[in-house]
Amino acid sequence: MSNAHAANKSSLWDWLTTVDHKKIGILYLISGGFFFLIGGLEALLIRIQLMKPENTFLTGDLYNQVLTMHGTTMIFLAAMPIIFAFMNAVVPLQIGARDVAFPFLNSLGFWLFFFGGVLLNLSWFLGGAPDAGWTAYAPLSTTSSGSGLDFYVLGLQIAGAGTLIGGINFLVTIINMRAPGMTFMRMPLFTWTAFITSGLILFAFPALTIGFFLLMFDRVFEANFFDASMGGNPIIWEHIFWIFGHPEVYILILPAFGIISEVVSTFSKKRLFGYSAMVFATVLIGFLGFMVWAHHMFTVGLGPVANSIFAVATMAIAIPTGVKIFNWVFTLWGGQIRFTTANLFAVGFIPTFVMGGVTGVMLAAAPADYQYHDSYFVVAHFHYVIVGGLVLGLFAGLYYWYPRMFGKMLNETIGKWNFWTFFIGFHLTFFPQHFLGLMGMPRRYFTYPEGFGLGSMNFISTIGAFFMTIGTILFVYNIIITHAKGKMVSGDPWDGRTLEWAIPNPTPHYNFLQTPLVRGLDALWIEKMAGNKKMTPAEPVGDIHMPNNSILPFIMSLGFFIAGFGFIYFNKGGALALVAIIVGLGIGLVCMFLRSWIDDHGYHIHKKDLPKEDKGADL
Amino acid sequence: MNVGERLTDQNFPESPEKATLEGKNKFLGFWLFLGGETVLFATLFGTYLGLRNSFGKGPEASEIFQLPMVFAATIILLTSSLTSVYAVLALKENRVKAMRGWLFVTLLLGLSFLGLEIYEFIHYVHEGHTFTSGAFGSAFYTLVGFHGGHVLFGCLWLSTLLIRNSGRGLTLYNSPKYYLFALYWHFVDVVWVFIFTVVYLLGKVG
Ligand code: HEM
Ligand SMILES: [Cu+2]
Repeated sequence: MSNAHAANKSSLWDWLTTVDHKKIGILYLISGGFFFLIGGLEALLIRIQLMKPENTFLTGDLYNQVLTMHGTTMIFLAAMPIIFAFMNAVVPLQIGARDVAFPFLNSLGFWLFFFGGVLLNLSWFLGGAPDAGWTAYAPLSTTSSGSGLDFYVLGLQIAGAGTLIGGINFLVTIINMRAPGMTFMRMPLFTWTAFITSGLILFAFPALTIGFFLLMFDRVFEANFFDASMGGNPIIWEHIFWIFGHPEVYILILPAFGIISEVVSTFSKKRLFGYSAMVFATVLIGFLGFMVWAHHMFTVGLGPVANSIFAVATMAIAIPTGVKIFNWVFTLWGGQIRFTTANLFAVGFIPTFVMGGVTGVMLAAAPADYQYHDSYFVVAHFHYVIVGGLVLGLFAGLYYWYPRMFGKMLNETIGKWNFWTFFIGFHLTFFPQHFLGLMGMPRRYFTYPEGFGLGSMNFISTIGAFFMTIGTILFVYNIIITHAKGKMVSGDPWDGRTLEWAIPNPTPHYNFLQTPLVRGLDALWIEKMAGNKKMTPAEPVGDIHMPNNSILPFIMSLGFFIAGFGFIYFNKGGALALVAIIVGLGIGLVCMFLRSWIDDHGYHIHKKDLPKEDKGADL
Repeated sequence: MNVGERLTDQNFPESPEKATLEGKNKFLGFWLFLGGETVLFATLFGTYLGLRNSFGKGPEASEIFQLPMVFAATIILLTSSLTSVYAVLALKENRVKAMRGWLFVTLLLGLSFLGLEIYEFIHYVHEGHTFTSGAFGSAFYTLVGFHGGHVLFGCLWLSTLLIRNSGRGLTLYNSPKYYLFALYWHFVDVVWVFIFTVVYLLGKVG
């Protein structure tokens, strides 16, 4: 039908309307990467301010805004989207599918995230950013003046809806779209972690959705949820936030676990050690992740019984996590290890993440947490797990899957410089912060007095931040060089083991000419060992059904973006704000209506337009 | 067979809503979505339970709740669940007219429920129980209002479905759409049963 000719249209239009998981993955990567740079810049400003005692580079409310936006941006607008970039780019290929279950919703999820992120960041130009921390505790958040917190609530609400949609999409994709023979216990570990992470998204994000509604109602419509003088209770916000928030940290780290598992196994030329234990540990971590939220609230005064239960539950998570650590080490053990950049990041990840886990268990000891809480010790902990864990994992994934996503391999020499500067910079930045915390330096303060002995370690920490900046710049430089000078590589540049390496480069629009037949774990490796050059097909070459592109997701998200503005200025904007709300929500509803009204059966790529036979990765 | 083709009694599959991969995906995806919705309402219920005795400047729950009216609303909504079950039974047997008839009754019942709810809210506001009169008021209108919003959305959805497919038979393309609506409607009903118990009955006993 009409879409078969989409290629003739302008390429901007193609990007706005695409429902192809490969392109949506690239969109996620570019926008997530962009927000990562913004968040990184904010981090650098924070570190410059803290470089020496009583500094006046960035103080007071502006410091609070930069700090809040750093955390919020990194979690919601950088880490989550880059994870979704990999899920889009890799999961359908790893399970031998031609697309995700809901290509239209996939696009909608991306555009909601994108417009939500833009809305939040526009606050910088419209009277000031949110300033109550990424956790937005009430009543600080309900009483914060200006519109910053309104941007926070509405921007994240819109972005969060996109995330939820993405989560459901990947759950259904993984359950329903696996190629013949791809049983659950043959799925690559990255797909497994994407699966569990999607499940966590499904059950954690709706809590946050409600939290944001309550906060918005308190701020915009004068509700009293968190206003103690009217019978409200600010502790409810903390519960809701952390019922979402702790699963969220596992939403972030599980896909990194998956990436590390793929990379370590490929570059050790070995099957992942203890595959089924790895799967079980992933499921268990996901499950336990919902039962520990109150470890963020030990000092609230929930009582010794509640604190003990949550302390023990928290410590229990260290067990499945430890299982994973050992399995990675045993995978490397005796393997033919290749220290590619991806593998360097993976190997760097292992001890770094262990350190974050150890401080986690320390924090989980409730009585001791009265000392650590809200100090730099906590800052050190979560940066070890998020930067030392997640971000190193994301870098490993980028270097590993770049050839799959873009057809070219990132430069390995620059890559190694990238790794060492970032890795050393990371430890330089965050290791001293453990001790700063133990010495009593509180988090989120914009300065510290002279004469407390905090100066030198803060200085080292700032130097480390500059090293990480160099590492990031090298990475950006690497991307530019690669696209300018790099050569196309084969479809299987790493001697891969899983299905995403079984197809030609660049990946055809329809992914697999013939759906592959999966005969075991590490499906491609099994065929290689059997002396086959490519996968055994599960079907003859035939017509391929594909979904139609659509502009509706973009317009729908734009509608909610406009409505978001209306709500933000509801109390100050008068009639104009009301118009924005009505028009914006109207656009959203009309798009939903159109989606329901217009029959959309997709189209077929006909057999005569396809290659005669599947040539595998080396087409 | 083309998914847009009208099904006949001869080629009618056992479960037309799950006969295609798209149908299967929608079916599963919608169940998962309802799982997320459960968390959404659970959070609202939790918040409500935490604040249900914090009346602030407003009247107490036991003073204002009007059980007879709420009971009527409950009966209406439960009946609408029953009619949507009849619609699904008709769908499974390719009886399009009967299915659309039952869905139309479902729509009418949904709209009457909404009418009663709006009337109830107006009544409460006159009694001084408002969104801003205290934490209880905020929690009450948010929880019950979210449910009402779901009913409203369901009515809009169902109207679109009925108008769009008027004069069309069942196909592999539209059967999942009808079926998912019925799932949604049951979910909204079940939530109401909890609201009736947790908000109204519990509110009456104090
Ligand atoms: C062995 C596993 C872990 C344990 C036992 C653990 C334990 C804890 C505890 C008890 C706290 C609260 C400290 C306080 O506020 O006083 C905390 C904070 C935090 N953890 Fe972990 N954690 C673990 C793994 C992780 C992972 C994997 C991540 C993310 C990828 C993470 C991210 C965070 C964040 C972001 C905070 C601070 C939140 C804030 O207050 O802003 N943790 N952790
Ligand atoms: Cu936690």
